[in-house]
Amino acid sequence: MTTTASRPGGGKARAAITARTLRTDRWWLAPLVTFIGLSAWVTYATVRVFMHKWFFVEEYLYLTPFYSPCITDVCGPAAEFGTPLPAFFLIPEAAFTLPFLLLFRLTCYYYRKAYYRAFWLSPPACAVPDGHKTYTGETRFPLIFQNAHRYAFYAAVIISVINTWDAVHAQTTGLGLGNLILWINVIMLWAYTLSCHSCRHIAGGRMKHFSKHPVRYRFWTFVSKLNTRHMQLAWITLGTLALTDFYIMGLDANWFDDLRFIN
Amino acid sequence: MKRHFRVWRGDASGGDLRDFDVEVNEGEVVLDIIHRLQATQTPDLACRWNCKAGKCGSCSMEINGKPRLGCMTRMSTFTEDETITITPIRTFPVIRDLVTDVSFNYEKARETPAFAPPPGLAPGEYRMQQVDVERSQEFRKCIECFLCQNTCHVIRDHDENKPAFSGPRNFIRAAELDMHPLDDRTDRKEFAQASQGLGYCNITKCCTEVCPEHIKITDNAIIPMKERVVDRRYDPLVWLGRKIFRRDQLESAENMAPSTTVGVAGTSGGTTLGASGVPHSSVRLPESAPIGPDGRMDVAELLAPQQGGLSPFGEDISFPLPPEYITYTHPERDKNQ
Repeated sequence: MTTTASRPGGGKARAAITARTLRTDRWWLAPLVTFIGLSAWVTYATVRVFMHKWFFVEEYLYLTPFYSPCITDVCGPAAEFGTPLPAFFLIPEAAFTLPFLLLFRLTCYYYRKAYYRAFWLSPPACAVPDGHKTYTGETRFPLIFQNAHRYAFYAAVIISVINTWDAVHAQTTGLGLGNLILWINVIMLWAYTLSCHSCRHIAGGRMKHFSKHPVRYRFWTFVSKLNTRHMQLAWITLGTLALTDFYIMGLDANWFDDLRFIN
Repeated sequence: MKRHFRVWRGDASGGDLRDFDVEVNEGEVVLDIIHRLQATQTPDLACRWNCKAGKCGSCSMEINGKPRLGCMTRMSTFTEDETITITPIRTFPVIRDLVTDVSFNYEKARETPAFAPPPGLAPGEYRMQQVDVERSQEFRKCIECFLCQNTCHVIRDHDENKPAFSGPRNFIRAAELDMHPLDDRTDRKEFAQASQGLGYCNITKCCTEVCPEHIKITDNAIIPMKERVVDRRYDPLVWLGRKIFRRDQLESAENMAPSTTVGVAGTSGGTTLGASGVPHSSVRLPESAPIGPDGRMDVAELLAPQQGGLSPFGEDISFPLPPEYITYTHPERDKNQ
């Protein structure tokens, strides 16, 4: 047996392993599920946003979150904040808020992981090769704008307040299944918005001395607890948004009736 | 009973997966099987290992394609008829068999500015509250197995990013010091962005997935560091305020972290030299092992010029150092304050 110690760093060649990945588990399942889930949701949301009908149940004041706040001439009685925009098939009824919500979700630290893996294959799964020749990450245009997440978060807080107002407004008519659905949606939207990593940073994560800021430390602790559930909340809110919208669409289109508990 | 294994054997010049049937007993881990292979069939199989308890971070390898510690991967997690493939970690140059040259990680660690206590505070006078150091302590659990560095696709799939990217292990170091209640440096965020390549991370969380110490690398270190960089660099309000009050020029003159990295966007690379031609930072340049005229290390320690391992301070340095050689200056309180 001969022992020859080769010089460390001398060869600088990686181990010659021909297989691109040696993983034997079903690593493709998670990105595939994400791909199908997000694609389905985006398709549904796009169709609904540009449908321009079945978004408001006048009898119970149910307004779907996809059309809130309603600010075009299509809105009719659903308009709570005036109608500064004309009715045009390319303009969504919630033209002021949807772009910010889209930005909030697009720059969300969880969704970034999800779509970088499932859509961009960069990488599709751990220890599975990247689908691209070169990689610069988020260092330059356009991905450097992922750093704007914080501003989208501020906008999302304002939009959550508007959604809360929608739920309160609908509550004035009594109590039905639609009210419960609206409230569950709003609570989940708040949980998702507050569990945001930017929120965690603003609440207290940016500090060096927690001991000097006990109140902010408690905020930070609360947001941190929510933050560990950010992925689950991201998916739950996609579900509640679609469900709320579908329920209101069904009511407005007279496919079924609201289950009323009071009034 | 015997189970089927495929182990990568070779060195920088090439190699391949070899098939082995090895005895496996109840309660064993993959590293036990490597040791049995060495004891029975392949006495010259190279493998780095130390504690067998998941605390030294030596036996990093890829088991069925997943970056794992050999000593923490139980054989009971595989089915009895499963072929188990063991390869060296891919991201770093192979030395032989399962041993890789991970010096990249040490070079990057050396470039990170060390802990800097506030001026006038002598060692032994450090006082801090548990609640303040708690976040930093999570990152002290790191055993430097470099599985996160290995799995990170930024350098795993793109070798050309190595000069510009320090990797998750060094990001938790940066976060640890930036969150440290007694660290007095204010430019760690700029350093992480400009010299460590924090922007290359696209938070796909593989580092967190493979960490054997279960450190929440992405959620607790990388994302907070990214947010701290946003505070400094991408916040339009802060940017505007700096432009108006011209604070950007003041700060950049005082404490701009020198980029020691070539290839990072917006930096020229190279350590800045002071007036005397001495590097400002205490960064020591990497050293290689002592190599003979044939380009190889000595076969045995007995023939080497010195016994034992290399001194981390370099072989030409003896202690104590003469005072004029010491680059450490203890921070003193500014008399004007």
